[in-house]
Amino acid sequence: MPLFQKLSDLKNEDFASPWANDGKSRLYTENLSLSIHGNRILKNISVELPCNKITCIVGPSGCGKSTLLKTFNRLIDMTEGVKISGNVFLGNENIVKAGFDDLTEIRRRIGLVPQRPCPLPMSIYGNIAYGCKIHGVRKRRELNRIVVKYLNEVGLWNEVKNRLRSPAVGLSIGQQQRLCLARSLAVEPEYILADEATSALDPQSSKIVEDLFVRLKEKYSIVMVTHTLHQAMRIADYVIFIYMGEIIETGTADEVFHHPKHELTKNYLSGVFS
Amino acid sequence: MEWVMKALMIISLAVVVFAAVFIIFTIVKKGWSCITWEMVTSLPGNGFYIGKSGGFLNAIVGSLYIVLASTLLGLIVSIPAVFYLNVFLKKSSKIASVARLAYDVLFGIPSIVYGAFAFSIMIFIGMRTSLLGGIITTTLLIIPILIRSMDEVAKNVPSELYEASFAMGATRTETIRIVLRQILPGIATAILLSVGRAIGDAAGIMLTTGFSDTIPTSLTQQTATLPLSIFFQLTAPQAEVQDRAYAAALVLTIIVLLISLLGRFITSYFSKNKI
Repeated sequence: MPLFQKLSDLKNEDFASPWANDGKSRLYTENLSLSIHGNRILKNISVELPCNKITCIVGPSGCGKSTLLKTFNRLIDMTEGVKISGNVFLGNENIVKAGFDDLTEIRRRIGLVPQRPCPLPMSIYGNIAYGCKIHGVRKRRELNRIVVKYLNEVGLWNEVKNRLRSPAVGLSIGQQQRLCLARSLAVEPEYILADEATSALDPQSSKIVEDLFVRLKEKYSIVMVTHTLHQAMRIADYVIFIYMGEIIETGTADEVFHHPKHELTKNYLSGVFS
Repeated sequence: MEWVMKALMIISLAVVVFAAVFIIFTIVKKGWSCITWEMVTSLPGNGFYIGKSGGFLNAIVGSLYIVLASTLLGLIVSIPAVFYLNVFLKKSSKIASVARLAYDVLFGIPSIVYGAFAFSIMIFIGMRTSLLGGIITTTLLIIPILIRSMDEVAKNVPSELYEASFAMGATRTETIRIVLRQILPGIATAILLSVGRAIGDAAGIMLTTGFSDTIPTSLTQQTATLPLSIFFQLTAPQAEVQDRAYAAALVLTIIVLLISLLGRFITSYFSKNKI
């Protein structure tokens, strides 16, 4: 490689991952309960999130969907007054009991795509490289490869290759969300959590991100909280329906959407409440 | 009704602009006519304060020493304090609210009180008036300004930014570096405010720095500063010495203006990545 190769000339090439993922660690909870300032938000949740599938967590507002999602990567720690009981496992690792050092590694393995895109205050290149840098990848050449690979993965490379050093905030909202997704993917997570990741996007960008998720499920397991039933119907393989902090029904998309067993699920699907 | 509000706004703006222009006009008019190259490049000669030859380079250098050193020391103390308040303590933390109240109180304390406080401590530990005394007093004076103005910016950092950083497995120290990038423009503004206060303050350093006709070569020597130099010349009975005070005021104004312009340039440079 020439010493001063232009970044935009870089090619998307295969390379060995800096992280040795066995790839198929199970993410599951056992009797997970959570309260905030004494209010019980989650009640005895025991559920497994299948690998290489899109799992949609659906339910009415305030039912605890986002809280459950934030418990998976312990981002819920940022909320005051939280008490958790029960267990959340990623492989053999108990996420609920993880210390600070283990938590950084767990969070690398479980990426997050936020509700509103939030690029870091740095360049487009810096945004993708940041996660890798904090997890120990320092070599410029390796970082270049990662940036190219994951910008390609989310279909952003051709749109931004000539302005990789420009501020990430200059991108459109849809592009920013794809950048956030690429940023999460760059540290090679096993699970990707998406908290209403398309709710702030216009329909076209929303479609692009949805299609991306469908494509990415071959390599990653995706857990998505969504408010839009139609979206869940379009892309979900597996559905978890939560009501008032309890799991009412889980199953494949076909089972839950077309043959719901529980009365509450039927009512929710038919729009009696939302 | 709207035109009344609009008129009031225009009047307020006019008052501020008029005051600024009038002050600058007075200083430039009076200062420009008597400022010479010798004044800004030489030390006061014998009898400078009764109208004989010399300059106030000692005061320029003394002021710059105090401002640069105290801003640096102030930042070393206040940046960690701001991050402790905003990253390590929870939003409802009692310690944080007590600390913020304390900074607000300190913010409002007149500089002469800081001077008197530092002076009494210096007497207690047997320290003489010196450059070091001035630097410490000025540092104490600007710390509340630095902390409160940076704190206001840090409080407004969106929680999504913290989440984005933590969600990738960043530690709190790594997250601080992200937040630091976000609030750099705020830090630049805080520095500007504190430099403005530090360079223009006379009361705090009057008791602790002393005055000297030479440029200090060590921290334990007394040093002159521009505000005190202006004060001494302005209170002299001779008209030509009083006019020279405006020359010193002009230099002081130009220094503040240059620092402001530099600050604006730095702020806009660092704002480019801000979300």
